[in-house]
Amino acid sequence: MLSAHAAPCRARALGSGKLAGPRKGLTLTMAATEAGALPAEECVGQVVLPGDVLLLPSHPEADGERLWLGPGAALPGRLVCGPGLRSCRAGLLVTKCGLLRHRQPGGAGGGSGGAYWVDSQQKRYVPVKGDHVIGIVTIKAGDVFKVDVGGSEQASLSYLAFEGATKRNRPNVQVGDLIYGQFVVANKDMEPEMVCIDSSGRANGMGVIGHEGLLFKVSLGLIRKLLAPNCEIIQELGQLYPFEIVFGMNGRIWVKAKTIQQTLIVANILEACEHMTAEQRTQAFAKLSER
Amino acid sequence: MKETPLSNCERRFLLRAIEERKRLDGRQSYDYRNVRISFGADYGCCIVELGRTRVLGQVSCELVSPKLNRATEGLLFFNLELSPMAAPAFEPGRQSELLVKLNRLLERCLRNSKCIDTESLCVVAGVKVWQIRVDLHLLNHDGNIIDAASIAAIVALCHFHRPDVSVQGEEVTLYTPEERDPVPLSIHHMPICVSFAFFQQGTYLLVDPSEREERVMDGLLVIAMNKHREICTIQSSGGIMLLKDQVLRCSKITGVKVAEITELIQKALENDRKVRKEGGKFGFAESIPNQKISAFKMERAPVDTNDVEEQAEEIITKADPPSDVFAKPILRMPGTAQIGEGLENSWGDLEESEREEEEEGNSDDATTSEGQKMETEEINVVSKTKKEDDTIVLSDSEEEEVVILEPEERPKKTRTPTSAQQENSSSKKAFNKKRKKKRATP
Repeated sequence: MLSAHAAPCRARALGSGKLAGPRKGLTLTMAATEAGALPAEECVGQVVLPGDVLLLPSHPEADGERLWLGPGAALPGRLVCGPGLRSCRAGLLVTKCGLLRHRQPGGAGGGSGGAYWVDSQQKRYVPVKGDHVIGIVTIKAGDVFKVDVGGSEQASLSYLAFEGATKRNRPNVQVGDLIYGQFVVANKDMEPEMVCIDSSGRANGMGVIGHEGLLFKVSLGLIRKLLAPNCEIIQELGQLYPFEIVFGMNGRIWVKAKTIQQTLIVANILEACEHMTAEQRTQAFAKLSER
Repeated sequence: MKETPLSNCERRFLLRAIEERKRLDGRQSYDYRNVRISFGADYGCCIVELGRTRVLGQVSCELVSPKLNRATEGLLFFNLELSPMAAPAFEPGRQSELLVKLNRLLERCLRNSKCIDTESLCVVAGVKVWQIRVDLHLLNHDGNIIDAASIAAIVALCHFHRPDVSVQGEEVTLYTPEERDPVPLSIHHMPICVSFAFFQQGTYLLVDPSEREERVMDGLLVIAMNKHREICTIQSSGGIMLLKDQVLRCSKITGVKVAEITELIQKALENDRKVRKEGGKFGFAESIPNQKISAFKMERAPVDTNDVEEQAEEIITKADPPSDVFAKPILRMPGTAQIGEGLENSWGDLEESEREEEEEGNSDDATTSEGQKMETEEINVVSKTKKEDDTIVLSDSEEEEVVILEPEERPKKTRTPTSAQQENSSSKKAFNKKRKKKRATP
């Protein structure tokens, strides 16, 4: 039930979208005055806190299907509500603290499309469908491997989910091996399931990761930064030494360079990149490359 | 929660790296991580950080009746707790083997060594004695809990002041802190544990193992020693066979390390005492705000083998370190005594020029920059490390991440090949040399 109190009512108010008009108005006003709801456009690039309400410009479509959660591309005219945000009557409700980001839709342009999401700093991973992650095989039980991905539950991986695997031709996977795969099922109600093939049945880089190299953990934000297209860090690193690298969206990175020395250098740089500014990074690289 | 399993790939890599005498964070085999000691506002409260491992120690006291067979001795009680805050693998309430082992070791180290004078804790013989209780909480687990815990325990005990008591005939008066200043405990010596991790059936030895190194180690040797080179406790676990000369070598290394740590502790206590006397601000509130959440706690230097010798020569010729700067940053900060130096090689000077020359000339060292104050120096006299510059920006303007260069050190190190004996002896000589150097410079 709605209460006329401060903070606690915010979340509940937004959940109860079926209220009668005047009541709803009351809720919104309260939310607005308490949370200081601002138009979403103004908040882009600023820190938002859980409980903040972001107002969206009124859209022509008033159906309930207007907003859906997902990082995918937005159809023209449809707004995508990304990670850290939930839809509510007034607009978007922030559920994680971080910086608010916005991306214009490709075709339509204009304010009625695009995607909003919150860039938050986090180290604990929550499985999301479609994410490519690095997992560690913990149990090999008959037809299914149990893989630790850093979430609350271990993911299951069927032995048939490898390229070219049949009942007779089993993949060579041991306990303790590293697996690069993607989630096909990942929600809060079920155990996550992952596979090492894509939809067309090809491995596409997934599968068992080689036996050398170093695995280390970084925060999720850094991984996203490194995986962004044209990431400078990776380009600069690539000019230093040749190395192989695999990024898992669960914060794990696997690196392999020619010597242990170089592997350690790459690993340390990546871990440090999280907290370095661009100038420091260029300085560090310059020093390393001036050998 | 279950612990993240260690993959085969990591294990193989770590063992191979150890065989090549490389550690993940760029330290040398005998290097300690940075030790930082900070005190709380109360007497007897301190936080010790050994790299990223953090232990909080708190000492409290109470008047109780003594044991029947020891009517004139006070009571001591030690307790170490591993909370899930430290690592997801620690579950609350469950007495794990590790916890029992750590507690037992701590007790032996502190109680059996008689570092605290229990007779002085007696108020009225047979009737009232002080019970001193040391509570240690592990805040973050990054390896080597026992060392950090033992340092925290002894620092908290040295820092603690108990209420003053006077006995006149039959009358016992307990003064509050306002009436009379609290009295420190009487501590004979400071036993400190040093851990050695063994790999490949005792072939390779690492001091102060980090968490990942602990997971692949074969066995662990813990030696508790005080600065008078008296061994208080020695424990070997893991079932590896150790040779006599290995144990002797470890004890020699322990002597060196303990001397450094003891000096660090004395300095920290002295600083805190000074700040309290001068009426400055002290306590965690002074130290914690500087720890911004976004601040980088530790820097690691990537290891690089190439032409360190030339760079070292370069640095040596350029380096004219004014050693008195060392004192300055400590005093500069009004607040809890914070000395963020690495142990073994923190003879260096912390200042801007040093930093710059470091930048140009690649000094080795894992530079640890604590986003905090003081200099955080970690001298890794690694002949092969390159410094990573990230230390600089992270701190506030007054903090300096200092990368300590030990000019004399380096040439020595680069010339000596990395063989076990030589390394050991050279490192010892190096330490002695450093110590002498330190005393020489004002």
